[in-house]
Amino acid sequence: MSQPALEVIDLRKTYANGVQALKGVSLSVEQGDFFALLGPNGAGKSTLIGILSSLVNASGGEVRVFGRSVQRERRAAMQMIGLVPQELNFNQFEKPWEICVNVAGFYGIPRAVAEQRAEQYLKQLSLWDKAFVASRTLSGGMKRRLMIARAMMNEPRLLVLDEPTAGVDIEIRRSMWKFVSEINRAGTTVILTTHYLEEAEQLCRNIAIIDKGTIIEHTTMKRLLAKLDVETFVFDLAGGAGELPSVDGVRLTRVDDHTIEAEMARTHDLNSLFAALTARGITVTSMRNKANRLEELFVRLVESNKSGAAA
Amino acid sequence: MNARGNLIALYTITRREVARILRIWSQTLLPPAITMALYFVIFGSLIGGRIGEMHGFRYIDYIVPGLIMMSVIQNAYGNISSSFFGAKFQRFVEEMLVSPTPSWVMLTGYIAGGVLRGLMVGVIVLGVSLFFTRLHLAHPLVTLSTFVLAAAVFALAGFVNAVFAKKFDDIAIVPTFVLTPLTYLGGVFYSVDLLPEPWRTISHANPVLYMVNAFRYGILGVSDVGLGLAYGVMLGAALALGAVAMVLLKRGVGLRA
Repeated sequence: MSQPALEVIDLRKTYANGVQALKGVSLSVEQGDFFALLGPNGAGKSTLIGILSSLVNASGGEVRVFGRSVQRERRAAMQMIGLVPQELNFNQFEKPWEICVNVAGFYGIPRAVAEQRAEQYLKQLSLWDKAFVASRTLSGGMKRRLMIARAMMNEPRLLVLDEPTAGVDIEIRRSMWKFVSEINRAGTTVILTTHYLEEAEQLCRNIAIIDKGTIIEHTTMKRLLAKLDVETFVFDLAGGAGELPSVDGVRLTRVDDHTIEAEMARTHDLNSLFAALTARGITVTSMRNKANRLEELFVRLVESNKSGAAA
Repeated sequence: MNARGNLIALYTITRREVARILRIWSQTLLPPAITMALYFVIFGSLIGGRIGEMHGFRYIDYIVPGLIMMSVIQNAYGNISSSFFGAKFQRFVEEMLVSPTPSWVMLTGYIAGGVLRGLMVGVIVLGVSLFFTRLHLAHPLVTLSTFVLAAAVFALAGFVNAVFAKKFDDIAIVPTFVLTPLTYLGGVFYSVDLLPEPWRTISHANPVLYMVNAFRYGILGVSDVGLGLAYGVMLGAALALGAVAMVLLKRGVGLRA
């Protein structure tokens, strides 16, 4: 079996102010994977990525990138990583071209090769027409894409994307995911953190959910979604909702006069619900899932972790 | 990353620093030229004519090496403190921190940037001084080596300042309250032999005195201090500050959580 792209072994981090951000996190990401690392704000995701990219010193444990320890073989490990951080962290007075070429230089890449790559990735991310303007004049979406182009300059074997689409419109998000999916298909392992859970559901094959500094779920996306046993549907009604019927195994709630929600087991049939609604003279004009499936699971896991910790 | 990779990284950092100096030339290269021209006019031409000779030189000739060295020191320090703190403040220092670039390459690149700004400013001030004086380099090698060492020492000091700085005020305090007094009291405008005791002895605790005098020796051939001692002080300061800067970088003080 090939070496994992990322191995996190009993990783701990306690900040100087006493906050325990990571409490013994262990996980593994296989080569070529598209891996989702999810968690609520303050769960420890950014600390984990910070340690992985050597911006944060671990208090204990180890991180290995393709077998090379970030703590003991930092330079060898860093050579294989590309990082797209959550916050903008490039020189706003430099031009995208300069930013990309300079970053390649920090990886020891000769200037001629760096210039070729800068052109290639800026073109691929639709930034070539902005390559020679001050980067502070770029739009928010362009700045995000610039950080992806920059992360590609060393052609990393492991690309880490920390909420790369925050505040980016849907069209740009799609183009970004198209690019990232292509490089993943070409063999680059991708680790993604995002608050857009539908993105993670669509893109990622494996997933870890972190909360309060511990991993509360680490499995394949398929297995995780299979755990979802309840679904919520939203019904749009032609007239008023009136008095709602009572249906065994279904919890009906009124959202407004023209909208109701039905929460039921995934195995529950919809026929009895429709029959009961029809009997009450309620006409359904359309229906949809309330939220994406991963979002529901995510909320439940985090909630149960919260109540477990409180107990 | 091999030796060639390190050289490429070093070249990249240095080139980026030089590009920054040239991009904001009106803040980096122009002010010293104007300030020094005023010094030459006021202290050299207007007041200097009434002061007479010092160590056998016209007063304006005597202060030129000190004024050049003052510009070099201030600009080497200012370049690295503002550039490195700016990189921290805008967080693009992380581009280097997440790369395989070794700490010593990072430090050397920034020091090279500081030294090169010192060189550019030194040449500009020297050019300005030629409107007021006629200089002959008595000892070119001493001039050059003193220039590089002094610029490196203060570039290192500026780096240490930037590492600890948390806000822009923190990089303005040291030049205002430490660097300027040290420079003015470092024999730029006078020979310390003129000072009464204990000020004369106290002045010898000022490292700038050795830099100014070694530089003056390089240009005019006269100095208030021994050349060997001056080199010893400069080398000692460079090594000590270099060691401190490396420890700070390795530990990630002010850079890594």
